[in-house]
Amino acid sequence: MSGSGTISRRCFAGGALLLGLGGKTFAQGFAGLGETAGGFAPVVPGKAFVFPADHGPHPGFRVEWWYVTANLVDSKGAAYGVQWTLFRQAIAAGAALEGWANQQIWMGHAAVTSAQLHRTSETFARGGIGQAGVEASPYRAWIDSWEMRGLPAMNAANIAPLALNASGADFSYALRLDADRPLVLQGDGGYSRKSEREQASYYYSQPYFTVTGSLTIDDRQAEVTGRAWLDREWSSQPLAPDQSGWDWLSLHLNSGEKLMLYRMRQTDGNHYGSGKWFARDGTALQIASADLTMTPQAFTEIEGRKIPTTWRIAIPKLALTIECAPLNARSWMGTSFPYWEGPIFFSGSHAGLGYLEMTGY
Amino acid sequence: MTRALWILAVLLSHWRRHPMQLATLVIGLISATALWSGVQALNQQARNSYDRAAATFGGARTAMLVGRDSATFPQQLFIELRRAGWPVSPVLEGRIQIGGRSFRLLAIEPVTLPAEVGNAPRIGKANLQSFMTPPGEMLVAPETLSDLGLSEGATPSTNGGPPLPPLRVQPQLVPGVLVVDIGIAQKLLKMPDQLSRLLVGKAKGKRAALETITGDKLRLIEPGAESDLERLTDSFHLNLTAFGLLSFFVGLFIVNSAIGLAFEQRLPMLRTLRACGVSARLLNTVLVIELVSLALVAGLIGLVCGYLIAAALLPDVAASLRGLYGAQIPGQLTLKPEWWFAGVAISVLGALAAAAASLTKAVRMPVLATAQPYAWQQAQHRWLMFQSALALIVFAVAGCFLWFGDSLIAGFAVLAAMLLGAALILPALLEIVLSLGQRHARRPLGVWFWADSRQQLSGLSLALMALLLALAVNVGVGTMVESFSRTFLVWLDGRLAADVYVNAANEAQTAEIRAWLRGRPEVDAVLPGGRADTQFGGAPIEVLGLADHATYRENWPLLQSADNAWIKLRPGDACLVSEQLARRSKLAIGDRIEVPTSGGNWPLQIVGIYADYGNPKGQIAVNFAALTRYFPEIPLTRLGLRVASPKIPALIAALQEKFALDDRNVADQATMKADSTRIFNRTFSVTAALNAFTLGVAGIALLTSLLTLGNSRLPQLAPLWAIGITRQRLAAIELLKTMSVALITALLALPLGLLVAWCLLAVVNVKAFGWRLPFQIFPLQLLALLGVAMAAALCAALLPVVRLARMQPASLIRIFANER
Amino acid sequence: MTNGNPIVLDVTGLTKSYRAAGEEIAVLRGVNLAVAAGESVALTGESGSGKSTLLHLVAGLDAADGGEIRLADVVVSGLGDAGRAELRRDRLGLVFQQFNLIPSLTVEDNLVFQSRIAGRHDPAWHAELVERLGLGNFLKRYPEQLSGGQQQRVAIGRAVAIKPLLLLADEPTGNLDEATADEVLALARDLVARTGCGFLMVTHSTRLAATLDRQVNLHAGIIT
Repeated sequence: MSGSGTISRRCFAGGALLLGLGGKTFAQGFAGLGETAGGFAPVVPGKAFVFPADHGPHPGFRVEWWYVTANLVDSKGAAYGVQWTLFRQAIAAGAALEGWANQQIWMGHAAVTSAQLHRTSETFARGGIGQAGVEASPYRAWIDSWEMRGLPAMNAANIAPLALNASGADFSYALRLDADRPLVLQGDGGYSRKSEREQASYYYSQPYFTVTGSLTIDDRQAEVTGRAWLDREWSSQPLAPDQSGWDWLSLHLNSGEKLMLYRMRQTDGNHYGSGKWFARDGTALQIASADLTMTPQAFTEIEGRKIPTTWRIAIPKLALTIECAPLNARSWMGTSFPYWEGPIFFSGSHAGLGYLEMTGY
Repeated sequence: MTRALWILAVLLSHWRRHPMQLATLVIGLISATALWSGVQALNQQARNSYDRAAATFGGARTAMLVGRDSATFPQQLFIELRRAGWPVSPVLEGRIQIGGRSFRLLAIEPVTLPAEVGNAPRIGKANLQSFMTPPGEMLVAPETLSDLGLSEGATPSTNGGPPLPPLRVQPQLVPGVLVVDIGIAQKLLKMPDQLSRLLVGKAKGKRAALETITGDKLRLIEPGAESDLERLTDSFHLNLTAFGLLSFFVGLFIVNSAIGLAFEQRLPMLRTLRACGVSARLLNTVLVIELVSLALVAGLIGLVCGYLIAAALLPDVAASLRGLYGAQIPGQLTLKPEWWFAGVAISVLGALAAAAASLTKAVRMPVLATAQPYAWQQAQHRWLMFQSALALIVFAVAGCFLWFGDSLIAGFAVLAAMLLGAALILPALLEIVLSLGQRHARRPLGVWFWADSRQQLSGLSLALMALLLALAVNVGVGTMVESFSRTFLVWLDGRLAADVYVNAANEAQTAEIRAWLRGRPEVDAVLPGGRADTQFGGAPIEVLGLADHATYRENWPLLQSADNAWIKLRPGDACLVSEQLARRSKLAIGDRIEVPTSGGNWPLQIVGIYADYGNPKGQIAVNFAALTRYFPEIPLTRLGLRVASPKIPALIAALQEKFALDDRNVADQATMKADSTRIFNRTFSVTAALNAFTLGVAGIALLTSLLTLGNSRLPQLAPLWAIGITRQRLAAIELLKTMSVALITALLALPLGLLVAWCLLAVVNVKAFGWRLPFQIFPLQLLALLGVAMAAALCAALLPVVRLARMQPASLIRIFANER
Repeated sequence: MTNGNPIVLDVTGLTKSYRAAGEEIAVLRGVNLAVAAGESVALTGESGSGKSTLLHLVAGLDAADGGEIRLADVVVSGLGDAGRAELRRDRLGLVFQQFNLIPSLTVEDNLVFQSRIAGRHDPAWHAELVERLGLGNFLKRYPEQLSGGQQQRVAIGRAVAIKPLLLLADEPTGNLDEATADEVLALARDLVARTGCGFLMVTHSTRLAATLDRQVNLHAGIIT
């Protein structure tokens, strides 16, 4: 999806994924918007985040998502990954219209991954009629029967506890997410730059979730526990025209720190890297492009694409050099807009687990 | 390569010297290919439009949820089902008027439309944004756009309503349907938050039971339970295909005899080629190449003819399908490349099949001719025994199908087996008749006459078999069509019992008309009528309300009835059912059924069964007053009037003037009858045309067989000439011989044809349409067909006979001088 | 007892029997025969003596039961159907009693078609043949428009058009009157001399047999 899929990070998965739904004509319809944020609210530095309001949708912006990834183990120690994503995209700017005329289109992706298998499901809905949506308080994000819901006594600053469920033709899961620490703002106070130029998004995360729940694959149910990471991001500005995709990681270090990294790939080879380190004491450190080296180590061929599924990552500033390997190298999301997303393990100067997402291959 | 080309040139030189033979071969191949591919083109055209229809309905092959009691249901049910994991997509249907014409408005929701619903998902998704966001877009078939006389992007307005969304052409759409986004349709139809049905996609995970989500408000219709256009029209296409196949085989008969003769005549040439050092393999290869090239050329010509036939028949086929099933077939023939490939392939395969025997002989041919005399009589006897045994087996198969089969395919299988068996046994029957003749002949020439006819049998039998088949099918189809049209006319007389039919614009106008009619002395009776649609046994049915009036009691034709059936209808707890419905649902008099109505189920006892020819839907008839009680929502705008016939035109004129009704809304019985008859005549006009084609092809088969036989018969005739029988006399004898075997064949074809007719009426029609017509015999029609057959035989026999009569004595002498 | 030229046909110990009406009939019972290049040999014998059978076996039209047929360096009896066809095509000329022309081809096409199929068409030789056979005026005619003698001349012309090793003729004059027969045979001998091929002719006429270099008689399946 190079070229036409040039929107920012995952999201822009959102845009691109809907492009997949609409085919070429639809994509071209958006090409004009692709250049500018035409009619949509701009992403500017200095926004003050207010919760729970900002847990809800921001329909003035073109794209937005609610994104949960979880690294889990069952009672026998087998590792799993779980993904739950709700994308929102506005097909036209302007004041929200009622009923079917509503400009929002929603898309849900759900997946479970084990060492042997990777199952996915995808669904679409129009806004305005109740089939999908997000409400800030009481907190509820849903599409069809999939739901991420605030449990009674949810703390808006922690965005926890939450109940999370989804199902596909051959899998389902129901999880409880707890967090005893507040969510964190990515980038500069929640303003996350995606290139040297203007491309940016509002971005916050809750990386401190602990998870309990059950996971069913082909009617075999397993009780699971583990960690989860929530990303919230919204924007109106797509990727720069010369950005072809991205490689993004969320890492839970065994020592308790959290690390978010991404690299926007540019056609000229000058990839734009960025990240943020969250120490145990709550302090955070921004990682600039120059501080970060991400090097593919091994590739997996999927549907005729060569995907770098093993990475070496070095951040000298943090004395960090790690090797990342996937739980399942074939964690391929064969959805309308295909991408790779799956659980990983890493070792080296630091060890732990996390999630890797790669688009545009 | 050059060697092969040289051999090919030598082989082809035969045709240059025998152009008639080549013409026969090519005509055979063309006839076989033309009718077959013509019929295929028609079927393909129809199927394409069913696919388009299916794409638009998005339902024929998809499970659906519909309201249990009402036409529409609240949109909230859709949301609740989605939230419970049901992969449903909403559809809303209605009708709108543009420029005085009524169109079906079909509203879809492209985002949730299941991918497996035919090619429907393509519709609307190509330009999602402009389709969904106001003013949206209205997708139409190209035909509809040109019918409306509008161009793409136009925004026509409904009669007296707001402008519609801009029109956009969608080639997969079926004509007469307008597709819009659901949100836009709800506004246009003024049906906010209402849906007509939900399409059920492939399950994504577990879904809760329907009742736990929507209570009893919705009902699941599994795919196929609804009347499906393709299933309904299957019988019609099977009918066409059967004719195509028949003429294909008759064509192959011609090819077979032409190739067989050419092979016999070229035998010395083939031997010489072998003697001069052409290997058997090369020779056989070149023979196949020659045949395939001829088949390719003839196949292409046949395809062009097939196209012309299809184009000529298409209007009638389209009219039949519309009249019978309401299927819309565009009048412009469009053909896929597969059709051309299939046509050429069938020509080549047919030619190879028809030539199989000759090619096998060529492969096995020894270079040296065996000196043994050909024991034709012994061989013929063995061959007759073998064929007759085969015929008996085929008859047994036909019997099995008749006894155990219960489908339309089985019905056609009975027909096919019966015809095949009859064709196979024909030579044996002829042999018996001819040897009887020989035994009773006294004069030497008479004995020779019969004996020679017997010897000719093996050469003529294929052509005679073709004639038998064509004639039998003609008799069968002719009898069926005639039975149908007579029964239909009588039935129509009863059904259209009232003299004038009025359809008012609304109920207020109905009341005005009724009041006005009270002051017209020439009106003897006003019979209100009404019709409701409901479901029975998983299929849609009509409920017809009949006024309690002597008109119906005296005229309405009942096939079976209980005592006092009409009186039993009065209280509203009894009904009559149509023959189709009775057969489909296995209902009999005295059975009790329950019909869902808007006010709950209506228990009814069946007191009669009536014919309802031409209606694809099942129908029940009830008392009119009871109908209005159970279906209070149906419009009561239909009136039937009993009027003395001389006063009808004046009354109609008065009605039209007074109430501004047009011809469609006021009609007299005669007009209605004429319209109905016209539709039904068209239904069978295709059959009749194909029938004529088949008979023509059989005539060609006979002609070519006789022509080819003519040459090889000279050695048999020359000795007779030598002993003093004139050429003219010989020619007359030849003609007599041909005509007598043709007559025997035609006489045998008559009972076979009646059997075919019975099979069509009692088996095929019942399965295909759900009605059984009384079997009648039409002697005059049979005589006429016999005449046609004999005329065809005469035409076919005349040419070779004239050639014989005019033959130069020298040609006959050469037989002696130059015997092989 | 040949003319000293190389042997083109060498038949040794040839046997052949047919099964007819359940009985095994031995037609050839050990035939030995040799024909040299340029030599013309008449094969005589009464009806049913096996003359034609011998000729057919030599021509490879049929397979022998035993013995050997050698045509120059090729053992005919060891060849399959395709090999025998190739041999006929390239090295043998065949003439039959029924003229065996192709009725749908013109005289010219009949003349050339074996040499064309063999890929050995020689325009000069073709012109000479037409000249020697006196067919110049008939080239565009069809066989049925020719007299018997003319037809047989075409058949001989076709057979020698490939300049065969051996010309085989089975009663070539059986359908012709005496004068025509002599004329046709003279032409055949002339062409044999011109091409230097061997010539083996089956005939029941001792008069015609006497005009050839050598006569062999077949009686009860052996050469006497």
